[in-house]
Amino acid sequence: MLKIEAVLQPSKLDAVKDALLEAGIEGMTILEARGHGRQKGHTEFYRGREYTVDLLPKVKIEMVVHDEMKEKVIQAIVGAARTGRIGDGKIFISHVDEAIRIRNDERGETAL
Amino acid sequence: MHHRSIQWLTALGLIAIPALALSQTPASAPATQAQIAALKDAVANAQSAGDNAWMLTSAALVLLMTGPGLALFYGGLVRKKNVLGTMMQSFAMMGLVSILWAIVGYSLAFGRGNLFIGGLGHVFLRGVGLSPASDPYAPTIPEQTYMIYQLMFAIITPALITGAFAERMKFSGMAVFLSLWSLCVYCPMAHMVWGLGGLLSAANGLVPSLDFAGGTVVHITSGVSALVAALYLGKRVGYPETAMPPHSMVLSFIGACLLWVGWFGFNAGSALAASSLATSAFVNTHFATAAAALGWTIFEWFHNGKPTALGAISGAVAGLVAITPASGFVEPFPALLIGLAAGFVCSFMVFKVKALFGYDDSLDAFGVHGAGGTLGAILTGVFATFAINPAYGAGVPTGGVDGHWMQVLHQLAGVGVAWGISIVGTLILLFVVDKTVGLRVTTDQEMAGLDLSQHGEEGYELGD
Repeated sequence: MLKIEAVLQPSKLDAVKDALLEAGIEGMTILEARGHGRQKGHTEFYRGREYTVDLLPKVKIEMVVHDEMKEKVIQAIVGAARTGRIGDGKIFISHVDEAIRIRNDERGETAL
Repeated sequence: MHHRSIQWLTALGLIAIPALALSQTPASAPATQAQIAALKDAVANAQSAGDNAWMLTSAALVLLMTGPGLALFYGGLVRKKNVLGTMMQSFAMMGLVSILWAIVGYSLAFGRGNLFIGGLGHVFLRGVGLSPASDPYAPTIPEQTYMIYQLMFAIITPALITGAFAERMKFSGMAVFLSLWSLCVYCPMAHMVWGLGGLLSAANGLVPSLDFAGGTVVHITSGVSALVAALYLGKRVGYPETAMPPHSMVLSFIGACLLWVGWFGFNAGSALAASSLATSAFVNTHFATAAAALGWTIFEWFHNGKPTALGAISGAVAGLVAITPASGFVEPFPALLIGLAAGFVCSFMVFKVKALFGYDDSLDAFGVHGAGGTLGAILTGVFATFAINPAYGAGVPTGGVDGHWMQVLHQLAGVGVAWGISIVGTLILLFVVDKTVGLRVTTDQEMAGLDLSQHGEEGYELGD
């Protein structure tokens, strides 16, 4: 089992979600987040005072999938989220020890 | 056919001739006198009904300026953790000042007294009834209407000050300080400008100064006291290094628009009748506000490269402030100029002067109300004309445009008195409250926010 986390521009959420469903993903969790990578923040003005806002609005998608889905998921996210500009986001993949379905205590890959 | 017409005319004549004869008998003459008297009564009642309807509406509009108007405007400008604490400061004035007004405030402001303060003739609203006041304030409306209308001004004035010490004052200290301020600064100032025999009264004062709806009484007193309070309390923890942007510009936007609407009751209601003078004040208020929103926006656009929503609504409030003293004295185009000037001057005060001196007037109560009120009071002396309001009698020159430039000096005297009583009164009261109840929250409380530390609740709960 793999956990795939992707941090995206909020404007790309719908396209990525559709691409993932098309790739056969059955479940995902979406979080509204703030953060930044190498791109700079932006400036805001309040009554003449300039503020630098470092943490920009982002969307984070989390899903746990079977190992063989890895490349399909990566292709779906990259294909839908890439603009080629700085700030497109990142994908992180890690191994998951266990999954439990709360409803009936199913364990492992059958719980996905 | 012809024959029948003659018959009809004859019949009409038979009815009309006795009727004419009756009306000429001496017995009907007293009936006509009585009719005229009844007619006079009916006209007076109709005028009173019309005036009273407008004044009650205006009183409600002025209350709308404090809650929700000012509460939303200020509440949106603070950080999320202080939204309730900030709104409560405005709401507390709606309760506290109302009670004080009934007990003694109205009497101190509008009772018969000396040059500086009213007497105790109206304590507990004694003698304040449903017929017009015996003192010549508003001859066509019940005195209770006048009293409740003036109360709404007394409520919003201390509420305006709360913008200067936002996010760092104890609720208890705030309540005591502003209650005392209402009695010791607001009531004397209202008496001097609007009270019978007041020092600055336009009608019969020693130094007749023109203030139609409260440029000196409301805005200079609150704005200058705000500056004193900001300096006395010191800066918020982390100011100015840490960014403290508004947590909800949407709330502030709604609040500012409610202020604009409520201000028609504030200014046009100050005609104290549903008169053409009320129309003049209404029109002037609107044009000045529009022009000030434009002025601030232009200044900001050049200064920062972007026209912000906060700039536009701040400009509108600055325009409302500046036109307040002038609203019932000037023509529409001078009103527009006053507004435009306020947009530029107040944005300059907030952008440049505040940064230069480094004081933490958190929500710019001084930059908008102190500066805008002072500018408006002076320009009232320039643009006031008897063509709009013969304040000194028909045809008597009123302001500079009439050739009476002395009025500008009288206005400066009014401004000076308002600044003086505000600085001295506020300093003394802050010192007294600081040494007894205490003014400032602890650093831990300030970090946690006023909502939790002062009220034990939060404006926004996580989850459902």
